[in-house]
Amino acid sequence: MRDVMRARDDIPPAGALQPSAFHILLALADADRHGYAIIQDVAARSNGAVRLSAGTLYRSIQRLLEQGLVEEVRQRPAPELDDERRRYYRITSAGRAAARAETDRLAALLRLARVSGFVPGKA
Amino acid sequence: MRVYRTLLRLYPASFRREYGREMCAVFASERRDASGPLAVAALWVRAAADIVVNAVRVHLEILRGDLRYAARRAGAAPGFTLTVIAVAALGIGATTAAFSIANHVFLRPLPFPGSDRLVQLWQDESGRGISRMELSPANYRDWKARSTSFEAMGVYTNRAANLTGAGEPQRLDGALVTWDLFAVLQVQPALGRPFSEADDRPGAAGTVILSDGLWRAMFGGDPSVLGRTVTLDGHPLEVIGVMPRAFRFPHRTTEFWAALRLPPDAFEDRTDTYIYPVARLRPGVTVDRARAEVQAIAAQLAREFPDTNRRTGAYLHLLRDQVSDRSRLMLLALAGGSLCVLLIACTNLAHLLLARSLARGREVAVRMALGAGADRLVRQMLTESLALAACGGVAGVALAAVASPLAAALVPTTLPIGDVPPLDARVLLCAALVTAATALGFGLVPALAVRRDEGMPALRDGARAGTGRGARRLRSALVVAEVTACVVLLVTAGLLVRALWRVQQIDPGFRAEGVLTLRTALPLPEYAPTARRQQFYDRVIGEVERLPGVSRAAYISALPMVWRGGIWPVTPDGQAPDPSSRHLASLRQVTPGLFDALGIPLVEGRDLQLSDTRDSPFVAVVSESFARVHWPDEDPIGRVFHVAFFERTVVGVVGDVRVRGLERSDSEPQVYIPSPQVPDGGISGYAPKDLVIKAGVPPASLIPAVRRIIAEADPRQPISDLRPLADVVAGETASRQVQLRALSVFAAAAVVLAALGIHGLLAFGVSARLREFGVRRALGAQTGAIVGMVVRQGLVLALAGTLLGAAAAWAAGRWLESLLAGVSPSDPLTFAAAAAIVLLVAATGSAFPALRAMRVDPAAALRSE
Repeated sequence: MRDVMRARDDIPPAGALQPSAFHILLALADADRHGYAIIQDVAARSNGAVRLSAGTLYRSIQRLLEQGLVEEVRQRPAPELDDERRRYYRITSAGRAAARAETDRLAALLRLARVSGFVPGKA
Repeated sequence: MRVYRTLLRLYPASFRREYGREMCAVFASERRDASGPLAVAALWVRAAADIVVNAVRVHLEILRGDLRYAARRAGAAPGFTLTVIAVAALGIGATTAAFSIANHVFLRPLPFPGSDRLVQLWQDESGRGISRMELSPANYRDWKARSTSFEAMGVYTNRAANLTGAGEPQRLDGALVTWDLFAVLQVQPALGRPFSEADDRPGAAGTVILSDGLWRAMFGGDPSVLGRTVTLDGHPLEVIGVMPRAFRFPHRTTEFWAALRLPPDAFEDRTDTYIYPVARLRPGVTVDRARAEVQAIAAQLAREFPDTNRRTGAYLHLLRDQVSDRSRLMLLALAGGSLCVLLIACTNLAHLLLARSLARGREVAVRMALGAGADRLVRQMLTESLALAACGGVAGVALAAVASPLAAALVPTTLPIGDVPPLDARVLLCAALVTAATALGFGLVPALAVRRDEGMPALRDGARAGTGRGARRLRSALVVAEVTACVVLLVTAGLLVRALWRVQQIDPGFRAEGVLTLRTALPLPEYAPTARRQQFYDRVIGEVERLPGVSRAAYISALPMVWRGGIWPVTPDGQAPDPSSRHLASLRQVTPGLFDALGIPLVEGRDLQLSDTRDSPFVAVVSESFARVHWPDEDPIGRVFHVAFFERTVVGVVGDVRVRGLERSDSEPQVYIPSPQVPDGGISGYAPKDLVIKAGVPPASLIPAVRRIIAEADPRQPISDLRPLADVVAGETASRQVQLRALSVFAAAAVVLAALGIHGLLAFGVSARLREFGVRRALGAQTGAIVGMVVRQGLVLALAGTLLGAAAAWAAGRWLESLLAGVSPSDPLTFAAAAAIVLLVAATGSAFPALRAMRVDPAAALRSE
């Protein structure tokens, strides 16, 4: 029985988040958002460099939900602002921990890169 | 928006249900934000690509998860998994093996370019009881010259020859071909050149093309063989080519091809039929049109040459269709049998998986309660059954690869193909389709059962899954189907066993026990003089008869069943010889003592004698049927008839022999003439070749001495076909035996699987009803009554299956009637035996569950309530 629940243990551990998942966690860091809001936020944050497609977004969200890194929010905004098709997502504490771990991992990687002489912005 | 929603259907339903509406919402927002038709178009392209790419990924993720889950479950129950794979392998293997043979014989194109336009032509002598007869050169010449349907036409004739000068003398099967025959087939030698027109001219230097096999055996595959000389029947022939390895024509045993020269005098006698034409249809000409054309030409010739051709028609068919109805039926029966095995395997697997999935009813209910959609569970179960079936399929193909060469005897020797069916793409495709069908067949039933039980109250404590009426009825239906297929197989195999026995009991007209035979085909022209041949026969027979243990030895043109031809028209006394006479006889030259050696009874008159020489009156011994046809109610001794250019007087009458085969009751009446009473070089095809030795000692013990005697008589003379006569007779039933062996294996597998099926059903039913039995016992039910309940359930199903199966088997038997050698398709003994076996199996299968039901402890059963 537990086997079924563990059916998705091929997902990389929090230490190596997929880029799209990391972006989604970042977008949810300061506010609960629905899917399209996440896409817009990621695009704005990256100055348009990263545009998540709907398919990639929801595949990532499915995994993040299964891993318990995000959760669905029951409360909805005021009816005049709401679209009943939307679902809202919120980062969990595990999600924050995973994002923090990923940040640390990337920071450490960046340090290593600098030591090796790679400096951002320079060839 | 509707288009987008349609595209979303590419995602698995579970994903779509979860996120479809939101994705639509996102897409709607993006549409709203996109300004201008270009941006909208770009958005559509992006969205479509996104859906396709991600849908595939989601499917793959699910597949990976399901496969991993299936593997874990398989590992957790290795016994169950192996059983499932083995049963699937059996069904798929049987079907694949049967298909690979059928594919080889019926479907695969012959190994010649454009082989669908190659046809074979025959003289149709139906008026004389022979629908397909070789052509005479004159008829061939006229058919070829007057027809327009053919692009090219060539002929061949079978010719065996003695190979000498290369180690031990050998007897080789070969063919004489006109120079253009290989062009008709569009096949080139792998080495050297094909025949040219010059090779066919009378007087040209002899040339020969070797088969790949002979080239490797004789010359070790040495390419410098071209230009070397081999000696066939005393003629030196220059090797000009070697055919490709896969080239087999006209038969798979053909080892050399030499030029067939038709000198002017070959065209004189229109009744001397010995060549086989093969032609290539012009593009666009149908077989029917070509057949109509040659039939019209044959009708013209019948008017022009009424003496010889008035009963001669024409027939033509695709070279591919050179398969007898009998071979066809045998293979189809085998294929039918394999489908029965597949059906049984599938129902058995459905059974096993159903039992397991229902036993997991609670787990399924929990998973559904946790939000797994029924379609998701169905998909996971189908993936699991597909994975199991795929393992079974691989094992099945391996099984077929091992098994199908064993059925080589079912591949007709008349086709120019090998005897081992290859595993080609078509066979593998068939195996894959059968595997998929098997997976659906046994995976769908349990999966649908889950679906139907959607929302079932299995979570209620104590509820047992799979005991509902619907599930029980389904499982009962599976058992009935299994028993039905099982009965069909048992009855069919049974009928064929009875037919085989009947055929084996047919009296061939001669006694094969204790008879050794061998062939010494004396080559022409060296042995063309009759006296020269006679010298050889007298010497060999005389010395062989002096060997201890040998009671009689004699020579005959060729053994019955070995040579089915050798038919000659006969004309009774007083009438002018008529070459197209309706009266035909199987003609043989023999030496005295043949009837003794073969155990053919002398009914009247005398045997041929050494005193029947060229200088004494020409005589003949005839078979009883010959005497009956020509002189009914009269004494045949002393009567005169005309055969093979001479009048002959009947001096003896012997029993009839089944010359054309054990199962053929239509053999021509037989005429035996003394070997010396033939002019030099006359009817040389009938010159005695087969030595028959009747001995009171084991035939094999004579072989060295006989070899020595022949080597001393002529050291260049090869010996071939050395075997007990019993082998020749056994060869008559070889294809039957192979077919029967395969069907028996199928039937045995069917019986075991059906027993398992019944046992499985009842065992499951009993364990589901243990409490009920306990309560019944507590309420005073007798043990016997409970056992009766269980066994009755099994027997009722078996009985239903037996009745259905008997009806189907009767239909199958009618269809197979021509293979049954006179055994009735409704043979009561066979049906009774099959029913008895099935009911016995049902009773055995019920016994263990019944015992278990009997041993229920009422107190324990009630306690658990």
